[in-house]
Amino acid sequence: MIANVWRWLADPANWSGATGIAARLVEHVRYSAIVLLIAALIAIPLGLWAGHTGRGRWLIATANAARAIPTIGLLFAISLWLGPHLRGDLAFSLPSIIVLVLLAVPPILAGTYAGVEAVDPAVRDAAKGVGLTSSEVLRQVEGPIALPLILSGLRSAVLQVVATATIAAYVGLGGLGRYLIDGLASGLYAVMAGGALLVAGLALLADLAMAAIQRLVVSPGLRRPPTSPRSTFRRAARSARGGGKQTGPDVVDPSGRHPTTSATPADR
Amino acid sequence: MIRFESVSKTYADGTTAVDNLSLTAPTGQITVLVGPSGCGKTTSLRMVNRMITPTSGRITIDGTDTGSLDPAQLRRGIGYVIQQGGLFPHHTVERNIATVPLLLGWDKRRAYARARELLETVGLDAALASRYPAALSGGQQQRVGVARALAADPPVMLMDEPFSAVDPVVRDQLQDEFRRLQAQLGKTILFVTHDIDEAIKLGDQVAVLRVGGRLAQVAPPAELLATPIDDFVAGFVGRDRGYRALGFVAADLPVHSEATVEVGTPIVAADGWVLVVDPERRPLGWIDGARHPGPVTTELLTGGTLAPAGGSLRAALDASLSSPSGRGVVIDDEGRLAGTVTAEEVLRALAHERANAANAAASAIAAASPSGVTSPSAAAP
Repeated sequence: MIANVWRWLADPANWSGATGIAARLVEHVRYSAIVLLIAALIAIPLGLWAGHTGRGRWLIATANAARAIPTIGLLFAISLWLGPHLRGDLAFSLPSIIVLVLLAVPPILAGTYAGVEAVDPAVRDAAKGVGLTSSEVLRQVEGPIALPLILSGLRSAVLQVVATATIAAYVGLGGLGRYLIDGLASGLYAVMAGGALLVAGLALLADLAMAAIQRLVVSPGLRRPPTSPRSTFRRAARSARGGGKQTGPDVVDPSGRHPTTSATPADR
Repeated sequence: MIRFESVSKTYADGTTAVDNLSLTAPTGQITVLVGPSGCGKTTSLRMVNRMITPTSGRITIDGTDTGSLDPAQLRRGIGYVIQQGGLFPHHTVERNIATVPLLLGWDKRRAYARARELLETVGLDAALASRYPAALSGGQQQRVGVARALAADPPVMLMDEPFSAVDPVVRDQLQDEFRRLQAQLGKTILFVTHDIDEAIKLGDQVAVLRVGGRLAQVAPPAELLATPIDDFVAGFVGRDRGYRALGFVAADLPVHSEATVEVGTPIVAADGWVLVVDPERRPLGWIDGARHPGPVTTELLTGGTLAPAGGSLRAALDASLSSPSGRGVVIDDEGRLAGTVTAEEVLRALAHERANAANAAASAIAAASPSGVTSPSAAAP
């Protein structure tokens, strides 16, 4: 079985051509990228606005509730409803794009909103107090500080979209989903398993890429993401070694006692 | 000069935070707003830079009504320091300090050079410039906060409990350095605290507010301690106010010469406490000659506080009370022994000072009496 899957994946003939693995991969990545771009363009500005103004909390709640709707059911419903009104390729691609965007928006929206909302009120107050305008506060302070959580939201959206884009194949679009459907239909389990492996590999790769982007664009001053258990562990280890964030006094003598004041001139 | 003219703030739910406040914070001086929580001190401060809009009345800075300016423009011209520091965590220390200069359109090189210069001004190592706030201690963060407020050299600064979140030892140190800094810079500062000791220590003028946002008394610290206007102020100023007020009474006390001994040499006249000094005659502590004959070692010394010559009566009294011999050690500017003084002598000097002050007040009243006006300081007990 495993040998069959490997043979299918390793056969160069399966990789080339208009329906080859390479072409399917490109299709899959292209759909995912379009969907994520649209979702980010909708969710990030909305989340920034809601977090900055403290309004529109219902939006986030609604978006989160919408995650419970089964994606594949929604895809068929939208295809049936929109299909007759659209022409050509669009009749197939638009419903899947809508469904996938609906899937990707909630995590990005929630992450963005949570990121802005979590900005320390003292930092916001100081930003305003030293003379930043409302939009400068958003662009120079709230946005950059929210970035780790915005990217976390984007990252989970990437995973979901790459994994779920397989369903686009149901309504006649390409992508790696084809192997799952065709494999199932023709009883070629090696093809099915190979396709599933490719999707999983792609998702993993995309996640790694997002992690790299996160490292690159997030300010080092913010590098303590509470979402990653690994860094929490690292932080715990660091503070256990005594090198954690120092909140104590400026001056502590090596014995750990505070410098005494008994021998200084006592004035006032 | 910051001037409050009949300023009130009432919130939508009907609570009055500040009630008809009229107050002037003179140019180049520190005016401290102090009072229990709920007295509207922070609200008053935040109305100056329009973080809060007054319900009625107006606030002027050097004659300009703050209500007539664009809030962001106004704030860029006012230094602002808050309790929790409020440093931007995603910016380096130098970028934090350079915030306002960059907003004002300085070029980056000049803004960062200014930031590094200010690090030194507030007593921080230049190596911290490229660190992020999370890597600094609480005290260091507060210093950076002060540096950020000073960056564009604003004539006016607002400070809202800037030293409250750090531990007492660091707080004391920050307060001392802040006084030294203000002596150089001469900013017009409005400073909010709930700590009366901090108010007394830092203020040129202290305004005590009561709950409900009404002004109880405005006075220089010494006057506040000596003649609180009513029970509320007296209660707020605290139990030791008589003793603390001595901190503002300076007197040239006559000192006695004291028999001394150096470390390593035996005590000659072994009758009771002997003062031990180092070769430069800096006092090290006291030793009981009756109980420890033989050469003096440093382990056996008992210290007391030291009073600077020409300093306050409080320091002198404390030195004599804390000295095991009952003789307070007075030192000169170089830290060398000037002599000793007893508690009785300090009190005698105080009585003398009081008699002088009473005479001065009496002649002032005599001069003013035709109009029938009594000065408030003379009227209080």
